[in-house]
Amino acid sequence: MAIENQGAGATKINRPLSPHLQIYRPQITSTLSILNRITGIGMTLATVLIAWWFLAAATGAAYFEMVDGFLTSWFGVLILVGSLWAFWFHFFNGLRHLRWDAVKGMGMHSVRRSGWVALILSVLATVLCIVWAM
Amino acid sequence: MSFITDRKRVDGLGSGQSGIEHWMSQRLTSIALIPLSLMFLFPFIGNLGAGHATMMQTYAHPYHALVAVMFFIVVCKHLQQGLQVVIEDYVHGHRALLASLILNKLFCGGVAVVAIFSIAKIAFSA
Repeated sequence: MAIENQGAGATKINRPLSPHLQIYRPQITSTLSILNRITGIGMTLATVLIAWWFLAAATGAAYFEMVDGFLTSWFGVLILVGSLWAFWFHFFNGLRHLRWDAVKGMGMHSVRRSGWVALILSVLATVLCIVWAM
Repeated sequence: MSFITDRKRVDGLGSGQSGIEHWMSQRLTSIALIPLSLMFLFPFIGNLGAGHATMMQTYAHPYHALVAVMFFIVVCKHLQQGLQVVIEDYVHGHRALLASLILNKLFCGGVAVVAIFSIAKIAFSA
């Protein structure tokens, strides 16, 4: 093992880094944790698109029809449905986080169960919204 | 052997007496968004693709205009807080970090301003 001098008299042994995400077995806890972040970042796009939708409406009918038409095109719907699921997942997983902040449901069994509940509810709510919107 | 005292060695390396505010504020926007996001989402879905006249009529109503404005204020704050945590985790180097944090605030603030101005214009012009 190589030992490098890190300066100031400190020595650092190059040990394997942990956790190694590529070989780490995905678990419901870690998967939902990163999904919370990914859905949050992903919804940035939807936030901008909805702001654009309002700006278009304030600008005029012709411009609004163009933007509204884009958002209801197959590509727009693809983005919005993806964002809708992201919203519901982030919503239910956020409730899970707030519950943990109140020091409730923190046992391993409870954490795994609430994770599956949030995931299933997010899919259900997304489907219900799509059915309602059609 | 070091001749520096324990106190001197740790001085300035611990808590900067801040940090909890960000965490608390993030919970606060989360809780506010539980009702606000739902109050915004359903009328938005209903008005998507419903045409300009219908959409203008909906958001000209003080209830929908106020909900939409409050939603954008809180959601843009929440977005800024969330992206800040991600930036702090993945962006390294003082200059890059500082620049990213400032750009994040400008971006999220910009989205909020555009949305609020547009909603206000719709609400006041109809």
